[in-house]
Amino acid sequence: MVEYKLTTPLKEEDVRKLSIEDVVYVSGIIYTARDMAHRRFIELAEKGQKPPVQMDGAVIYHAGPVVRKLDGEWEVVSAGPTTSSRMNRVTPTLLKYYTIRMIIGKGGMSREVADALKERGAVYCHYTGGAAVLAAKCVKRVVKVEWLDLGVPEALWVLEVEDFGPLIVTMDAQGNSLYEKLELEVSKRVRGMLRR
Amino acid sequence: MRASLIEEVAFQLIKRASIVLPKDVKSSLQKAYEEETSKLGKTQLKAIIDNITIAERLNSPVCQDTGIVSFFIKGRSLDHKALEESLRRATIRATKEVPLRPNAVHPLTRKNSGDNTGLHIPGVTLMYEDADYVDITATLKGGGSENMSALYMIPPGEGIEGVKRVVLETIVNAGGQPCPPTVVNIGIGGTVDLTFKLAKMAMIRPLGVRHPEEEVARLEKELLELVNSTGIGPMGLGGRTTALDVKIEYAYCHTASLPVGINLQCWADRRATARIYPDGSWKILN
Repeated sequence: MVEYKLTTPLKEEDVRKLSIEDVVYVSGIIYTARDMAHRRFIELAEKGQKPPVQMDGAVIYHAGPVVRKLDGEWEVVSAGPTTSSRMNRVTPTLLKYYTIRMIIGKGGMSREVADALKERGAVYCHYTGGAAVLAAKCVKRVVKVEWLDLGVPEALWVLEVEDFGPLIVTMDAQGNSLYEKLELEVSKRVRGMLRR
Repeated sequence: MRASLIEEVAFQLIKRASIVLPKDVKSSLQKAYEEETSKLGKTQLKAIIDNITIAERLNSPVCQDTGIVSFFIKGRSLDHKALEESLRRATIRATKEVPLRPNAVHPLTRKNSGDNTGLHIPGVTLMYEDADYVDITATLKGGGSENMSALYMIPPGEGIEGVKRVVLETIVNAGGQPCPPTVVNIGIGGTVDLTFKLAKMAMIRPLGVRHPEEEVARLEKELLELVNSTGIGPMGLGGRTTALDVKIEYAYCHTASLPVGINLQCWADRRATARIYPDGSWKILN
């Protein structure tokens, strides 16, 4: 359980050194993206078009914030992570098209995603589900919002963050998944319980 | 009862539910934090408790998923139409003023109404109670935990062992996704529409309050112990706190059936209840 502070854009060596159970704090720029934004990122890449944000060394945050507009400026009120497994199917494709170095979410992702993270040199970090006010406190500024036509939760929010965390590395760039490790232990215990 | 009064109370309930967790939930999380032995699990419970404290201080919604709004009303001789309209207006107002995240979308086109209302939403459940007062409970149910719901039609011959099997199966499949520690709300019996209604009735019962019938109360306790022996832990990162409680409501069912509806509630168990008296005064009960 080593603690790291990282600044965006992330480099490959920044994330290759991380192992599962490490704790990370991220500063810089992160992008929120959920189901609909994932779909749009991929559609743009397939049409050979560029998204409206810089994707090299990007950090993707599975989240749909509560926002309000104060004096014409957006403010993030609450911004915890959403369930990442909904993005399992599209994430290997997203990682193929873009040089994303970190995905932040909750609940973990599939073996296919773990393999793609290893191949591309990226990690998946867990942020406490529902800890939305803690998260919002780390958001210094809404830089901009794109794709608002998808609705507030599904839009691409570009956030400037400071010491965003504590994030727990649960899938590292070596292909390890803390979820798989725990699942094995849990299923062994449950088999024992039902046999009784 | 005046429509404007219902609207005002309902608005205050949504606001409170989104920002302040009920006392029973807060003390249950605190106890879980003290008793958790897993290092990673403890970091998660610490973040949850810090988050709850800051949310109250800043008057901010405790989670960004402010959920789908549902109301449960107990009383007699209620005017359904007026009631539903008041509750809809309260939801629209709360979305703007708290603010809540607009979550309600058309299921097929995915178009967001922008105000947390739509066909049959907010949900309204009316329950008859022979009393002068009216109790209104507002609940905000997040999508992540709702997505882990499961309906099982168990062969009746499997009995209580079957109920244990499917509850464990649901909890293990869900892993960290429903934001554990969860509350496991279970409806047993009925026809399937009623099965999940029963699970939702269990949802509005406070944590630690057992079912009045001894046999059901015993099953609640046994299931809680089983679920917490899985080791899934807070946020699925390992530990002894996978659920804060298990609650069951039941109804009679067909002799050929044993329906079990399992509805998971994330740690942000957001509900607020108010009692409105005939003279128009009201107070929040939790």
